[in-house]
Amino acid sequence: MSRQHVKYLSFLAIVFAVFLISSSVFATSDVAAPVAPAAAESSMPWWGWPLILFIVTFLLGIVAVLGGVGGGVLFVPIIGGFFPFHIDFVRGAGLLVALAGALAAGPGLLKKGMADLRLALPVALIASSCAIVGAMLGLALPAKIVNIALGGTILGIVAIMLMAKKSEYPEVKQADNLSSALRISGVYHEVSTGQDINWKIHRTPQGLATFVIIGVMAGMFGLGAGWANVPVLNLMMGAPLKVSVATSKFLLSITDTSAAWIYVNNGAVLPMMVAPSIIGIMLGSIVGVRILAKTKPAAVRYIVIAMLLFAGSRALLKGLGIWN
Amino acid sequence: MTNKLQATEEQLAYAKLLDLGMKVGLLMLVITFIIYLFGIFSPYIPVDELPKYWTMSVKDYLKATDIHPGWTWLGMVGKGDFLNFIPIAFLAGVTILCYIRIIPILFRKKDTVYAFLAIIEVLVLVLAASGVLKAGGH
Repeated sequence: MSRQHVKYLSFLAIVFAVFLISSSVFATSDVAAPVAPAAAESSMPWWGWPLILFIVTFLLGIVAVLGGVGGGVLFVPIIGGFFPFHIDFVRGAGLLVALAGALAAGPGLLKKGMADLRLALPVALIASSCAIVGAMLGLALPAKIVNIALGGTILGIVAIMLMAKKSEYPEVKQADNLSSALRISGVYHEVSTGQDINWKIHRTPQGLATFVIIGVMAGMFGLGAGWANVPVLNLMMGAPLKVSVATSKFLLSITDTSAAWIYVNNGAVLPMMVAPSIIGIMLGSIVGVRILAKTKPAAVRYIVIAMLLFAGSRALLKGLGIWN
Repeated sequence: MTNKLQATEEQLAYAKLLDLGMKVGLLMLVITFIIYLFGIFSPYIPVDELPKYWTMSVKDYLKATDIHPGWTWLGMVGKGDFLNFIPIAFLAGVTILCYIRIIPILFRKKDTVYAFLAIIEVLVLVLAASGVLKAGGH
């Protein structure tokens, strides 16, 4: 990446951080009013926050693609931490944002054979069932507790992003009995090397058990769960990295569907938040993909990590009542 | 090996329906949001009153607006804001349709285990969509 790109991205990150802090001040002044209805007396016109939401989600869409993360994992802590919206509505919108992204990516990944239906189906059944439990738990818990848990989770994700190794082609000496019985294996064509890669998986029962926790967390925080899916599919179960990433993205379309229904049916969806967010992040993703085609800015990953660190700390401190 | 390089019949069928559903759903979302934004159908909650509701917890919001959770939005789609629930529900329902689409293919291929996995997944998603599961408010 050229020096000019680094400068441009650093500038973008600084503008974004300043914007979030200043919007947080605005949001806090709204929420700090003694009773909720008084928040309407904010100097900002009603369309101000949805417009800012659209702009921020557009930027998040670009950053998410360049940083190789899902939109949901950035959306919930950033919008929840720096906007006046209640965390219930943020999680509902976050799930629908992650769902829309997964639905858009799913068909291409399935058609190319990168996402694997045989691998996804058993995993999805566990994750989506548990996401229902997570969504119900999340809506039942007080916002303070959710913020503390969300902050802790986001900081955990930062740790995973910094420390977790990746393996392009994990060594799987022998497929386990369960994956053999379910015939979970495949071949995919690696364009960069021209090779056909045979793959199989192991530790399937342990992997499936881990998706119980992943499903609950996905439903509870509305984050999407690519950050957890990929390490489990790749490092624990031994699927090749590209298959893991693609299957994880497709998997989100199923996991988030079940949790999204719980949020929709319990009234935690505001169209004035959901529509600008989905449209903004989808347009941002399109721009992000175009930028990605020209350059591969490695620095963006660190910008994403810094953003998550900041937003996760904010959620934690908000939950603890230290930074309201 | 040549066959394994190609996506399976059920995978392609799933992908095709998902692609169509996603495009239709997103297009509908843009259209209904424009209708809402320009006030073509009057909303249930006036847009200038939204800022006093979006800071509330969902429990307080439902109480303050007298909105009943579950599928009651279906009877309110004449309102600009609730009209947007059609594409949202559609996007959240596409996966169920995709699963239903592949069940007969899996049975035809005598892939009984996966056919039953798909049936159970449909039941799980239908249960989530049914509105039967209520979260206790805080």
